[in-house]
Amino acid sequence: MKTGVVIFPGSNCDRDTHRALSSLNNMVDLRGSCSVKFLWHNDYELDDVDLIVLPGGFSYGDYLRTGAFARFSPIMKAVVGFANKGGLVLGICNGFQILLEANLLPGAMLPNSSLRFICDWVDIRVENSDTPFTYGMKKGDILKMPIAHFEGNFFADDNKINEIENDNSVVFRYCNARGEVNLKSNPNGSINNIAGIMNKRGNVLGMMPHPERASDDILGSNDGKGIFISALNWLKR
Amino acid sequence: MKLLVEIVVKRKKGVSDPEGNTISEALQRLGYDSIDKVRTAKLFSIEIDADNLADAKKTVMEIADKVLANPVIENFSIIDIEEMN
Repeated sequence: MKTGVVIFPGSNCDRDTHRALSSLNNMVDLRGSCSVKFLWHNDYELDDVDLIVLPGGFSYGDYLRTGAFARFSPIMKAVVGFANKGGLVLGICNGFQILLEANLLPGAMLPNSSLRFICDWVDIRVENSDTPFTYGMKKGDILKMPIAHFEGNFFADDNKINEIENDNSVVFRYCNARGEVNLKSNPNGSINNIAGIMNKRGNVLGMMPHPERASDDILGSNDGKGIFISALNWLKR
Repeated sequence: MKLLVEIVVKRKKGVSDPEGNTISEALQRLGYDSIDKVRTAKLFSIEIDADNLADAKKTVMEIADKVLANPVIENFSIIDIEEMN
């Protein structure tokens, strides 16, 4: 399987994501091999990749709004085309914000309700295991991952939120260590504790927590690796 | 003609404004009891070459819709247009 990690000017999780994906190559529970390449924001072609990851960072300085300018980069035209054909796209943190700006996912991000940049570990609960990115997980599974963002306060109007909830598009919710979803376990004010959503078709996922930063025991958690393994095993199913 | 267009982008009603809330709380703490609410917004001053006012307006509205504002959370309106010397 071929995976591509997009580098925008200001991306800063591209190498970590590359490393996390590359480390899967030797894994027993991965069906097949995994090659990883970088894709440049100014390129028009994706070549033949099976999974595209938009990494975290501050694309184009995140001026105006997070992800606002990344949306107009040449590579994003290709990414939108790839997604519209059913290709798997994962946006992490700034990557999630870019997917929102590119209208590949519904809603928008507001500054955290605390008005603070939050860099912390969180627990998230798997809400939908019937997705390529949670393939092999169970609904209710709890994953431990870091977050690091100022604008992770997910917003959509009431109608849109109802639609997202009814479609089972919420993939992850912030919870506590016991899996309870409540105000206290909500780090940023996100509506309904939403930490990650997918599109209706189920091939595009955006999430604020960083799975690539939870992809090695030495980092404190290995839970993030599961998301990459899921996507790759789903492709090979 | 060279025109200066000022356009304001603000969050829609019902969209939370943590910055505005913090400012209004601070003002109340400072004793300004008459302040009920503060909403923040962005203002863009755009210098533009156009044949006439209507053309300038049209271009700026298009830019606002495409780039300056996110229609999911924000509205925009032109608040001033003037000819530059």
